[in-house]
Amino acid sequence: MLTEQTVRDLEQTARQLRMEILKMLNTARSGHTGGSLSATDILAVLYFHKMRHDPSNPSWAERDRFVLSKGHAAPALYATLAEAGYFPREELKTLRRIGSHLQGHPDMNKTPGVDVCTGSLGQGLSQSVGLALSARLAGRSSRVYALLGDGEVQEGQVWEAAMAAAHYRLDNLCAIVDHNGLQIDGEVAKVMNVAPLGPKFLAFNWHVLEVDGHDVQAICQALHDADKTQGQPTMIVARTVKGKGVPFFEHKASYHGVPPSDDELSRALDHLGHA
Amino acid sequence: MIATRDAYGKVLAELGRENERVVVLDADLSGSTKTGVFAKEFPERFFNAGIAEGNMIGMAAGLAAGGMIPFASTFAVFAAGRAFEQIRQSAAYPKLGVKIVATHAGITVGEDGGSHQAIEDLAIMRALPNMTVLCPADGPETTAAIRAAAAHPGPVYVRLGRSKVPVVFPNGCDFAIGRGATLCEGTDLTFITTGLMSAQALTAAAILAEGGISARVVHLGSIKPLDVELVLKAARETGAIVTAEEHSVIGGLGSAVCETLAEGQPVPVERVGLRDVFGQSGTADDLLAHYGLTPAYLVEAAERVLQRK
Repeated sequence: MLTEQTVRDLEQTARQLRMEILKMLNTARSGHTGGSLSATDILAVLYFHKMRHDPSNPSWAERDRFVLSKGHAAPALYATLAEAGYFPREELKTLRRIGSHLQGHPDMNKTPGVDVCTGSLGQGLSQSVGLALSARLAGRSSRVYALLGDGEVQEGQVWEAAMAAAHYRLDNLCAIVDHNGLQIDGEVAKVMNVAPLGPKFLAFNWHVLEVDGHDVQAICQALHDADKTQGQPTMIVARTVKGKGVPFFEHKASYHGVPPSDDELSRALDHLGHA
Repeated sequence: MIATRDAYGKVLAELGRENERVVVLDADLSGSTKTGVFAKEFPERFFNAGIAEGNMIGMAAGLAAGGMIPFASTFAVFAAGRAFEQIRQSAAYPKLGVKIVATHAGITVGEDGGSHQAIEDLAIMRALPNMTVLCPADGPETTAAIRAAAAHPGPVYVRLGRSKVPVVFPNGCDFAIGRGATLCEGTDLTFITTGLMSAQALTAAAILAEGGISARVVHLGSIKPLDVELVLKAARETGAIVTAEEHSVIGGLGSAVCETLAEGQPVPVERVGLRDVFGQSGTADDLLAHYGLTPAYLVEAAERVLQRK
């Protein structure tokens, strides 16, 4: 259990990250707002409470690995890495600009703290399986965390990887689905229904947990449960809200790939600053 | 005669003994691709992905990112075709050291037919930035090429065949990525070839010699990077080129050579390969003859190019 103070700190960090995400997207004039905001609390718990990592030594062999399989939420990852100290916060302003370390989708060769290249949906879980296998082979105790979108699991490769992770009994792998229910073309349930997600992964021999993806205490508890699970990978189905934290973005598919305008930014920062 | 895939299986097991970071993946074809040799000796470092090539490449990329040297094998049609986008996004774009060793390339797959005969894989792989593309001529060169691939830090695509092919290189030959080999000297024209067509070109050169025509044979086991100097030298010194590959004439060796010559030393070229068609069922030899990939056709192509000189 987290102390009340830790919960408050993580919530404050997540609020801070959301403000950075919105500013960065507004400056870039393009990028994915909704899915960055739905993933923020998960990232905050992972990077500021759960994962073993060292921003001053990004290539530390024993570090836990994080794979942002839903690579379009890169702004959330960049804000998190900057907050953790991987690079100066100032650089966030260069998002999506030519020559920037911060590409539209995560690039392991350009951004300190990014472990793999992602962005083409459906590929991150396979990479995570390989990372988990390499940790096992090398005798490293590092764990692998993968964050997927709920639209992303429509990709068949996710299920190939799900089969492999269970087949190889990768208990050092924990995946999280950011289950915000929306994708570019609308509701996931209407575009191509993926429900029920939990039972699907259960049938693929995963250890499955379902949590509120904005409740830092619950996320944390689920990640600890995953640590204790033996012989099986863990899937955390995190129920989230697309655009979370900014009332006029919440539950709107139309803000999947649209940045906040100047006016929207100022209203959003106002709201978050006073929340 | 030895199949390149047999040489692959053997050298892979050797690499496994020498370096514990070498790991191998397959997609339910380990008996055919010969990765089964490694699997038997190092079961803990062999990962069968099942019939799921995309995931296999993704897993290989993760293993590479985690410090391993992964070799991933399946038939060329599934590697370069089915798993193309995983190769692009998870291996080539991040420049990860994934070694894709694709067997059963080209029409000499034989009886399985056109659905299983990759005739476009070189074109597809050559178009990817960061990718190295190798196509050895025989068993000994395959052994050396696989070792070169293991030592190379980036992604590599190696094209191997199913059928037994004549031996061109001596055992223990060396191999350098980006370097070709002159198999026989000649002054009237040059056959620039890759894979099993290099042995065919040597036979064609011997036939031409009987008629007083001096043909050089340059084998390019490295399609990308291409040995530009060796290609330009052949054009400069012999003034006519015949390319030959067990692949479509679009996008593979013939295209790579023509691109190089057009920019550096334009001379008449004849391209021997599949003329923008898929293959079909048949024996390997019948198919080579049907699609014009025999010494007799190479001789005809040489005569045509000499008339254009």
